[in-house]
Amino acid sequence: MNSNTIPVGPFHPLLEEAEYFNLVVDGETVVGIDLDIGWMHRGHEFISEQKTFTQSIYLVERICGICSSSHPIACVHAIEDVDNIEIPLRARYIRTLVGELERIHSHLLWMGLAGHFIGYDTLWMWAWKYREPVLQMFEIISGNRNHYGMMRVGGVAKDVDAEKIAGLLEILDMVEKKMAMLAGAANDDPVIKSRLKGVGVLKHDDAVNFCAVGPTSRASGIPADIRKSEDIDAYSLVDFNVIVMQNGDVYDKLVLRVLETLESIKICRQCLQKLKEVKGPIVNNVKEISPGEGIGRYEAPRGEVFHYVRTDGSNRPIRHKVRAPSYVNIPTYAASCVGIPIADALITTAAVDPCYCCTERSLRVYDNKREPMQIDLLKLSREKTERIRRDIYGR
Amino acid sequence: MGWYNKRLAKSIWVFHVSASPCNNCDIEILDLLTPKYDVERFGIKLVGSVRHADVLLLSGIINQKVAPKVKHLYEQAPRPIFVVGVGTCPSGGCCFNDSYNKVPVREEIIPINLYIPGCPPKPEAMIEGIVKLVEVLNG
Repeated sequence: MNSNTIPVGPFHPLLEEAEYFNLVVDGETVVGIDLDIGWMHRGHEFISEQKTFTQSIYLVERICGICSSSHPIACVHAIEDVDNIEIPLRARYIRTLVGELERIHSHLLWMGLAGHFIGYDTLWMWAWKYREPVLQMFEIISGNRNHYGMMRVGGVAKDVDAEKIAGLLEILDMVEKKMAMLAGAANDDPVIKSRLKGVGVLKHDDAVNFCAVGPTSRASGIPADIRKSEDIDAYSLVDFNVIVMQNGDVYDKLVLRVLETLESIKICRQCLQKLKEVKGPIVNNVKEISPGEGIGRYEAPRGEVFHYVRTDGSNRPIRHKVRAPSYVNIPTYAASCVGIPIADALITTAAVDPCYCCTERSLRVYDNKREPMQIDLLKLSREKTERIRRDIYGR
Repeated sequence: MGWYNKRLAKSIWVFHVSASPCNNCDIEILDLLTPKYDVERFGIKLVGSVRHADVLLLSGIINQKVAPKVKHLYEQAPRPIFVVGVGTCPSGGCCFNDSYNKVPVREEIIPINLYIPGCPPKPEAMIEGIVKLVEVLNG
């Protein structure tokens, strides 16, 4: 086989993040893909272990700017899980509201970028135009467009005032109308359909084998959703459907995200209606956390996010582990990208909505150096074989 | 270079350097191009190659791995080049000052001409920052 390697990155005009791809191609066909990450690693887990619990929540918010309420929700769940802290009903609704609004804005962001990647800038402009009202809602609720700072151990930081709710519902109605229009456009447009149908198929078996999560798995027919399977926040108290598609191609992922956004709008509306009725405190005052360990899970826009916290009775975690959804979704490239033309490789890699900021939780120290460049895995493997051979044969 | 700077200020082409940020400043930078803010009205355009850029928008603390690449990018850029640090990370390090992977002295990697603080700065704040840069370029 006559194959060539195309290096892409780390700074390229495509994604806003820095990452490095090695596309191995044979003619027009991609035969292999290798990914080098670590350009975004900031050492969150280490810093979190130096901070108090409240500061940790501020910190995990900055793991990723797009999932900036999913990580805090999972983190506070993990800390609450140590002591089985109950949170007030009103706080549960507010958490669900913020989490779902984030899903709407994240999916719209992805749709826009996907449109941009396939040369359909109108979709980009429209999706991002209708994302603005959602950010405006965040500004009304939390005071900031991104990085909301809403989560606290035992509840939430800010209340949603009664006089704001009518305005928020109005904006939500507007967003729903526009989303329905975008859904219609995705269904009707022959260009989008023929460009994305059958591209980058992730088969059901591959999705199972790679342990894919979130929209990536649901588009391949796996009905995995933490919101349904776990009893977290107010998800058991609201009515919504888990969208599952069967084909696993990019088009299904697009349609799935559009439909999921509509479900999220439904959840937000129910939460806002409930916030009119449910009164009470928004935070339980937590004095101290006893020694122990806890886990927190939440369905981020990209899939399941997992936090693990171990405490020793002091006011800071002694171990904090984060597993982000993209960490398990990115390896599915090996199944979905191989055998497709180069022109489709881009949208296929983008279809899992990769977030490298979330993924990069570790750093390889090699020969006592923070040697970050591409160390050949093949070389490491051959060296190990050589070592074993030497041990066995003594030469 | 006064006469050159004045010409530069008419239509600023920016290149976006993400040096280990949290993505948030980056999506706010992209937000500037979309219908609500639409900075292309003022001739500000995001370009795909650093060779075409007049201004580098730098976001994030610079980590050890990305630092040589950022330095390389700065060296490749055509002169005169101005660097704008977007967000709290380039100005103060945000909450990452305890990180083991952060470069100790940012200015050794890339000198920054203008800081836009905020976590993330609102698009309005970014536009104001660029306006200040334009005023300085016009003298």
